[in-house]
Amino acid sequence: MAKHNRGALEIKAFADHHVITQPNPLSSVLRRVGGKNLDDPVARAEKALAGLSGQFKNWMSIEADRLSAAHATILRLGFTDETCEELFRAAHDIKGDAATFGYPSAGAAADSLCRIIEHAPELERVPSNLIAHHISAIQAIVHERTRLDTVSMAGELSRELRGVADEYLTQANRDRPEHLEAILAPSIAPGN
Amino acid sequence: MFRIDFNKLRFLVCDDNPHMRRILRTLLHSFGAREVYESEDGATALEMYSHYVPDIVITDWSMPIFDGLELAQMIRQPELKGNPFAPIIMLTGHSEKRRVTVARDAGVTEFLAKPISAKGLYQRILNVVANPRPFIKTKTYFGPDRRRNSSNAYIGPERRVGGEVEVLQQPSLLDKARTPV
Repeated sequence: MAKHNRGALEIKAFADHHVITQPNPLSSVLRRVGGKNLDDPVARAEKALAGLSGQFKNWMSIEADRLSAAHATILRLGFTDETCEELFRAAHDIKGDAATFGYPSAGAAADSLCRIIEHAPELERVPSNLIAHHISAIQAIVHERTRLDTVSMAGELSRELRGVADEYLTQANRDRPEHLEAILAPSIAPGN
Repeated sequence: MFRIDFNKLRFLVCDDNPHMRRILRTLLHSFGAREVYESEDGATALEMYSHYVPDIVITDWSMPIFDGLELAQMIRQPELKGNPFAPIIMLTGHSEKRRVTVARDAGVTEFLAKPISAKGLYQRILNVVANPRPFIKTKTYFGPDRRRNSSNAYIGPERRVGGEVEVLQQPSLLDKARTPV
């Protein structure tokens, strides 16, 4: 743990708020280096990440199978809070992980599925094929990736799914402007 | 040019996905960190936060039972024992404007959208180490200053003045987070 520079807090009081400033508690871990320093922690980390890449296919298969299992549970038990949450969580994990694992199209399809789960007024009324097609597409992208011709096809498949999903969501939310705004809004997260 | 002595930093990583924890651990160790504690849910992370007193928290948002947003809110409790000032980096697949705003209003210091990259993570860590922001305490908020830039061109209502102030009625943070868009 860093040796914290725990100087006195400086607190300025205003009518409705306080501004609290403290000496930088982590200043002791900052080190000035010369311009000729060749150490590159980011390159080192990227190399270490590449070293993990042999496991990515297996990890991606596990994530895709988890998604399929969540969908199978919904087909068996229906849409409950628990079954929907597990489907969303499985899709959301793929949305976040897939590009890192080398499957960006699977991530895009999972993102589209997350949007359906988040913004459909009633999941029971979503055409069952729409959800099933997303899951089948993710499985296909993951398991057929080694074929050279699938990379562009996977991207095309994800774009098609997203288009159909957005068309459905736009129509289903035509009387719910706050959802429409969220559906149509671009991502504003800082880039990586 | 500045470098961080990662071997002097203690991290707490909270993510329910074991693959993402493995990736984070790999990246942090590669940066030079030695002390990386991990939890798979917010409740355990809060216990570990009190026990290990990490310098930096990296948390996912969506987790079962007790999520990353609630973890941030529990850490940002100035009246409780412990350190309410630790930098919190939220690493999440959520990247919609509303989500970013809700995370900011829960006291999150930095927001990093997945997919993760070594460069993105390093930059967020460098930012919280080298450029800590003052904390603001109001009736409804305790956390890093949400104003990252000062603008002379701002013409909206001034909500931080010494005299008469405009009081904004806000729903609780948890309500905001859970309200469907």
